[in-house]
Amino acid sequence: MVSFPGCNVIVRGLAVILSFVAVQSFAAGGSVQMEAAEIDPGSVMSLQRGARNFMNYCSGCHSAKYVRYNTIGKYLDLSEQQLIDNLMFNAEKTFETIRVAMPAGDSATWFGKTPPDLTLMARAKGADYVYNFLKGFYLDADSPTGVDNLVLAGTSMPHALWELQGFNEAIINEVTEHGETTVHFEGFEQVTPGSMDAEDYDDFVRDTVNFLAYIAEPVRAERRKLGVWVLLYLAVFLIIAYLLKKQIWKDVS
Amino acid sequence: MARIEAEVGRPQGGLIQWIDDRFPLIETLRYHATEYYASKNFNIWYVFGVLAMVVLVLQLVTGIFLTMNYKPSAADAFASVEYIMRDVEWGWLIRYLHSTGASFFFIIVYLHMFRAMLYGSYKKPRELIWLIGMLIFFMLMAEAFAGYLLPWGQMSYWGAQVIISLFGAIPWIGDALVEIIRGDYSISDITLNRFFALHVVVIPLTLIGLVFVHIVALHEVGSNNPDGIEIKEHKGPDGIPLDGIAFHPYHTSKDLVAIIIFLMVFSAVVFFAPDMGGYFLEHANFEPANLTATPEHIAPVWYFTPFYAILRAVPDKLWGAILMAAAVLLPVFLPWLDRARVKSIRYRGWIYKSALACFAISFLVLGWLGTMPAEGIYVLSARIFSAIYFAFFLLMPYYTTVDKTKPVPDRVVYHG
Repeated sequence: MVSFPGCNVIVRGLAVILSFVAVQSFAAGGSVQMEAAEIDPGSVMSLQRGARNFMNYCSGCHSAKYVRYNTIGKYLDLSEQQLIDNLMFNAEKTFETIRVAMPAGDSATWFGKTPPDLTLMARAKGADYVYNFLKGFYLDADSPTGVDNLVLAGTSMPHALWELQGFNEAIINEVTEHGETTVHFEGFEQVTPGSMDAEDYDDFVRDTVNFLAYIAEPVRAERRKLGVWVLLYLAVFLIIAYLLKKQIWKDVS
Repeated sequence: MARIEAEVGRPQGGLIQWIDDRFPLIETLRYHATEYYASKNFNIWYVFGVLAMVVLVLQLVTGIFLTMNYKPSAADAFASVEYIMRDVEWGWLIRYLHSTGASFFFIIVYLHMFRAMLYGSYKKPRELIWLIGMLIFFMLMAEAFAGYLLPWGQMSYWGAQVIISLFGAIPWIGDALVEIIRGDYSISDITLNRFFALHVVVIPLTLIGLVFVHIVALHEVGSNNPDGIEIKEHKGPDGIPLDGIAFHPYHTSKDLVAIIIFLMVFSAVVFFAPDMGGYFLEHANFEPANLTATPEHIAPVWYFTPFYAILRAVPDKLWGAILMAAAVLLPVFLPWLDRARVKSIRYRGWIYKSALACFAISFLVLGWLGTMPAEGIYVLSARIFSAIYFAFFLLMPYYTTVDKTKPVPDRVVYHG
C-alpha cells in the first residue's frame, strides 16, 4: 500500500466526521456506566501484546475460528517462525485458523455453556463492552464459578484472569425510594491482590481488546487507507466532469 | 440510396447501418437519449432516478460476485460470509459495497418518491409511472428482506422470524401461509435456500423488468419538472419543447456530476464506516443465528423501521399488521387522493405545504422510533406520529380541494 504524509490525518478526520454522523451506542447490560476502552488500532506493539495475551489466556477455551495465523503475522509484522514459536500452540501450518482443543460438548458440560468463538466478539458487542467485561468480575459466593460480572450478570465464565487482576468485591448500595428498591454499584474493592497493579491490568486488557477488535475486521486499516485514494480520485474526476458539464451547458439559456 | 439517407441524417453504411437495417438502434437512441427532451430547470431532486439506476447496477454486479463465494445453507452461510470478508481477494470490498448499496438504495428511492410528492409527479398523465414505481418499491422491500436472511446472523434469523410470523395473524389461512413462506415449521435451511433463490433470481429479474417499463412509461409522457408544467404544450417551430433540452448530452453530463458526488458520499461510508454505527450492518448480526437465544432487542434494518414502528404502535397483532400494510400501500393511491389543480409545491397553498412537512417529519420520527424499544413514551409517540402519517393520506382529498393555489406560469422558471 502506497502511503504519503498527511494520509493518516485525512483518514482520522473522515472517521471522526462519520462517527458523528453515525452514533449509536451499544446496549449496555443494565445501567452500568461503560468505561471507554481507548484502544489504539494503529499500534502494532499493542496488537502484538494483545496477540500474546489472547493465545496465553483466552485460546485455551475460546476459538477464533475464522482467523488465520498468517493473516495476523502479515499485519502484526511477525515472521512465520515468530508465529510458530510464540503463538501457534496447537497448529502446524501458518494458514490454519485459531481452533480450540477443548471439545465443545465437554466445555458445555463443564461451564454450562460452550465458550463462544471470539473472532467477531468485539464487533458484535463493541470494544468497550469487552473491555468492561474483562474488568468487571467480582466475588459472588452464590455463583458456581465464585464470581459474577458487572457487565454480563450471571455469566458462565470464570474469572480466567484472576492471577493477574486478583479478586474484587463489589460495593453495592441498595436504595429504597418511593417503595422501589434500586441497586447502585459504587465501585470495586480489591480483596486478593493479583500479580499486576490496576494500571498494568488495564493495559493488559486494553491490548487484548485491541487484538480482538483487530481480528474482528483485519482489513480495517487497509480499507481506510484505500478510501483516501478513492476519494482523491473521485475528487479529480468531479472537477473534470463539472468542467465538461459547464462546457456542454454553455448554449442553454 | 446512401446519399439520400445521409441528407436525412441516417447512418451511411458500415456496421451501424447493418445493425440499423435489422434493429431500431439509432431510432431507440434518439427516442430515449439524444431526442428525448426534458425540462432544463431540473434541480437536485431530479438526480435520484439516475442514482437509483447506478445503485441497481452496483447491486447486481456485486451480487453476482458474492454468489460466487456464498453458500446458501444454514450450516455454512455465516462462515462463507466471513470467508468472503477475510480470504476472498477484495471480498471485503464487494461485500461492503453490497451491504452499503442496500441502505443507499432505500435512501435514494425514498428521496426519489419524495420528489414526486414535492412536484406532483404522480398526477395525470403520470399515474402509471407512479404505480409502476410503487411496484418497484414493493419489490425492493421484498429483495432487501430476503437478502437480509442470507448472512444467517442473529438479526437475520430473528428479524425474519418476527416479520414472517406477521402473516400468521391473518385469520383462517395465517398458519398455512407462514408454513408456505418458510417451507418448514420454523425458519430453517429450507427457508434460507428459497430466500436465496428469490433474492438472486426471481426478484432481481422482476426489478429489472419493472425499471424498464418505468422508463418506457416515463419517456412516453415526458418528465415532469419543479414547476409542474407540461413543457410539450409550448413547442418551437421545430417541434421541440421550448423549455426542453435533450437528455443526451445535457442531462447526462449533469447527471455524471451528480453520480460522482454520490459516489464520494457512498465511498466515505464504504471505506470509513461500513456498519454506520450499527444502522447499515447491525451489531447483533456479527453473531451467527442462534435458534435458542433471542437478541436483547430485535429491530429491522433502518429502512423498514418507520413501518415497524406503526406495527408496534398497535397492541393487537392482526390490526398492527393491517395498519402496517396500509401504511406501505397508501401511497399507491396518491394520484387519486390528491385533488389539487396544480402539481408543484411551488404553486400550492400553505395547507399542502404544512401537510407535506408534517408527513416528512412523521416518517422520519417513526423511523427513529422503530429502532427504539417498544415501551412507554416511545409507544405513545409512535401512535401520535402514525396518526399524522395516516391523516396525511386520508384527509388529502379534502385539504387539497380547499387549499388555495397560485397561478401557474406558462413557461418553466429558469435562472441560467
